[in-house]
Amino acid sequence: MGRYVIRRLLQMIPVFIGTTLLIFIMVYALGDPVSALFGDRAPDPATAAQIRHDLHLDEPLWKQYLLYMAGIFTGNFGTAFNGQPVTELMRTAFPITVRLTIVAILIEAVFGVLLGVVSGLRRRGWVDTAVLVLTLVVVSVPTFVTGYLLQLLLGVRWGVAPATVSAEAPFNELIVPGLVLAAVSLAYVTRLTRTTVAENARADYVRTAVAKGLPRHRVVGRHLLRNSLIPVVTFLGTDIGALMGGALVTERIFNIHGVGYQLYQGILRQNSPTVVGFVTILVIIFLIANLLVDLLYAVLDPRIRYA
Amino acid sequence: MRTTAQVSWIAGAAAVALAATACSGGGGGSSGGGSVPGGVVRAYWGDPQNPLEPADTNEVQGGKVLDMIFRGLKIYNPDTGAAQNEVAQSITSSDQRTFTVRIKPGWKFSNGEPVNADSFINAWNYGALVTNKQLNASFFAYIDGYAAVHPNSGSPTARTMKGLKKVDDLTFTVTLIQKFSLFPDTLGYSAYYPLPKAFFSDPAAWLRKPIGNGPYVISSYTKGSKMELRKSSNFSGPDRAQNGGVDLIVYTDANTAYTDLQAGNLDVIDIIPAAQLANAPSDLSGRFINQPAGIIQTLSFPLYQANWSTPGALKVRQGISMAINRPQITQRIFNNSRTPATDWTSPVLGQQGGFSKTICGQACTYDPARAKTLIQQGGGLPGGQMTISYNADGDHKSWVDAVCNSINTVLGNNHACVGNPIGTFADFRSQVTDKKMTSAFRTGWQMDYPLIQDFLEPLYTTNGSSNDAHFSNPQFDKLANQANAAPNSAAAVSSWQDAEKILAVQMPAIPLWYQNAVGGYSARVSGVRLNSFSVPVYYRITVKS
Repeated sequence: MGRYVIRRLLQMIPVFIGTTLLIFIMVYALGDPVSALFGDRAPDPATAAQIRHDLHLDEPLWKQYLLYMAGIFTGNFGTAFNGQPVTELMRTAFPITVRLTIVAILIEAVFGVLLGVVSGLRRRGWVDTAVLVLTLVVVSVPTFVTGYLLQLLLGVRWGVAPATVSAEAPFNELIVPGLVLAAVSLAYVTRLTRTTVAENARADYVRTAVAKGLPRHRVVGRHLLRNSLIPVVTFLGTDIGALMGGALVTERIFNIHGVGYQLYQGILRQNSPTVVGFVTILVIIFLIANLLVDLLYAVLDPRIRYA
Repeated sequence: MRTTAQVSWIAGAAAVALAATACSGGGGGSSGGGSVPGGVVRAYWGDPQNPLEPADTNEVQGGKVLDMIFRGLKIYNPDTGAAQNEVAQSITSSDQRTFTVRIKPGWKFSNGEPVNADSFINAWNYGALVTNKQLNASFFAYIDGYAAVHPNSGSPTARTMKGLKKVDDLTFTVTLIQKFSLFPDTLGYSAYYPLPKAFFSDPAAWLRKPIGNGPYVISSYTKGSKMELRKSSNFSGPDRAQNGGVDLIVYTDANTAYTDLQAGNLDVIDIIPAAQLANAPSDLSGRFINQPAGIIQTLSFPLYQANWSTPGALKVRQGISMAINRPQITQRIFNNSRTPATDWTSPVLGQQGGFSKTICGQACTYDPARAKTLIQQGGGLPGGQMTISYNADGDHKSWVDAVCNSINTVLGNNHACVGNPIGTFADFRSQVTDKKMTSAFRTGWQMDYPLIQDFLEPLYTTNGSSNDAHFSNPQFDKLANQANAAPNSAAAVSSWQDAEKILAVQMPAIPLWYQNAVGGYSARVSGVRLNSFSVPVYYRITVKS
């Protein structure tokens, strides 16, 4: 187990270098960010040259990348154009997005698995049909539609929930955005759980458990569910990364100053330190989430062992 | 305006006392029009792009804050746009080259420091020095000695400009490199704001919480999300805040802000999403603002390309201008939040300031038959086709397509004009600056100060700092110099208008439309209006009880 984890951690190094390099090249390919600083006015050449020099933009790309990587290892992620260090942006953005992700994952996991188990056990019943239709609708409606709709109904018309999230973004304000963010994945989790539960319900070990005379909640909770959860956990694990980086649309609708918003602004202003910095952290989160999912397999299914 | 500090302070105390009585009297069942002097306005904000230094802020969001916490030598009247003395007692010159600036005594920064000649001289020298990388450095280019502190390449040979001389504590002189009669009227721009000693002793601390001499002080600032501004207690100017303060709230998206306004969580927005423009007047039940602003949108041509600089191409450019149905596009695409252009300036200047409804005349009037004839006489579009380049990250696609459509209909050719989107604003601007354009491209100009000079000199003189078309006309340059040397502003305006008439013939850039300032406000506040820079006049907003 320990050796496996170390091997996986070592494998992360090339992935990390590769992704940062790719992102760096992509942001660089967008063109020169300095001329945008001057708006519609032609840049003053001397000032522009000075800014380029200070940001190392007058160096060749490989040297810029090396300088950037050297900075990262000393904890210096560079400075955004508004003079804020990128680490400061991260300190404010990540906690908010993490809270939003927690809300979304909880909604997804709890309601998704619950609905999935219920419809999986009562296949072809009215509950099953209703859940199937509902998930189909949710999957086919884009996030911004659900987002604006819920915001208008709950926030503006009925006034039952805040229309937008305040700067501090406490958990209770994040419930509606979390729901919007979770909606699509919730549908996937439900369908995934439903299929595996339905499949495993006919497995030999479930029949044995029922024949032993175990109570139903124990059959479902301990035997059926544990084995059915492996694909669901895989999905949830990769979804953590996707939710954190991909909450852009939801964050903009509900005025959440999280990772998605910072990335959006970084791309818009072509601020490579912001974009590369945030993506780097997201890559690390992705890698760790995947590792944790793989380790969870062993917990859920004792047959899986890591050497 | 010419009150001494003593008098204005007393007047201030009286005003506060009056407001307090009015408030307590209002409790006795008045018609509900009473206002809370301590009420705080919640207003829309976008994250400023640059650090909040006066000479480093060139966009509206940062400018909003600077205009609240600073006052310059001059201020632009929020109603008329005219430049009036604020911190300045007088700015005089006998030769239009050396100006003597006298400062009113008694002005103070919010930390108690006096505003004196050094506050301005130091701030301007800081803004001009190339190593300080200030985006607005070029605003000091007229001052004698700028070349030494801001050489085009290499290190500066001086740290201060020799054109700035202190006479006494409240007087200094500014010597320019050439005659510039309208110079005093430019001094209301934020780049010319004074800076306290606190800025120079600890810039990092100052930037975390800027200190100015304006009607508001920053009480707290959480970067990227919120700034709380409160009424300044030792503000000495006449334009005191009529509310307790302003909370600027950063929004990720204009749509979100608009929703929050409707939900009652926000009081003032100075942006309305394009999709909501049509229904905003009814949504906000009349609390919708749509008024002219100092922004003009134009279509420029790369006059540095051989095929666009021939005499034939001149006729083609005039023809294209006449082929654009401006009234229809401003109405259908922009819901009347734009006004068809009739010159190269802006209606906010007023007739007296140089705005004209006739200078472009025929050339800016939709005339399909004549347009087609002119384009054909000029040998047709260079290469048989034209493109209009624009940045795809802004709201430009719909109007570019409409303009092309208008041109195509006139020419009876569906492929004569097509839009050419360029990914980002940064890339678009780089290509324009690097002279890589091969056909028409969008250009816009937001004025720095309400002067006809600002709409013409940087854009169309041979060495103009933003002459994207690279237009060069000796007669135009001559009239520009003549205007700058004019003994009074009426003579200057008249020379500038003569110069503008050359643009109507040469058509280096086609005037499309003037951009209006749009905004909205909640029922909780009143007295909301936007100034000619499309920024809400925050200090005049009152909060209802």
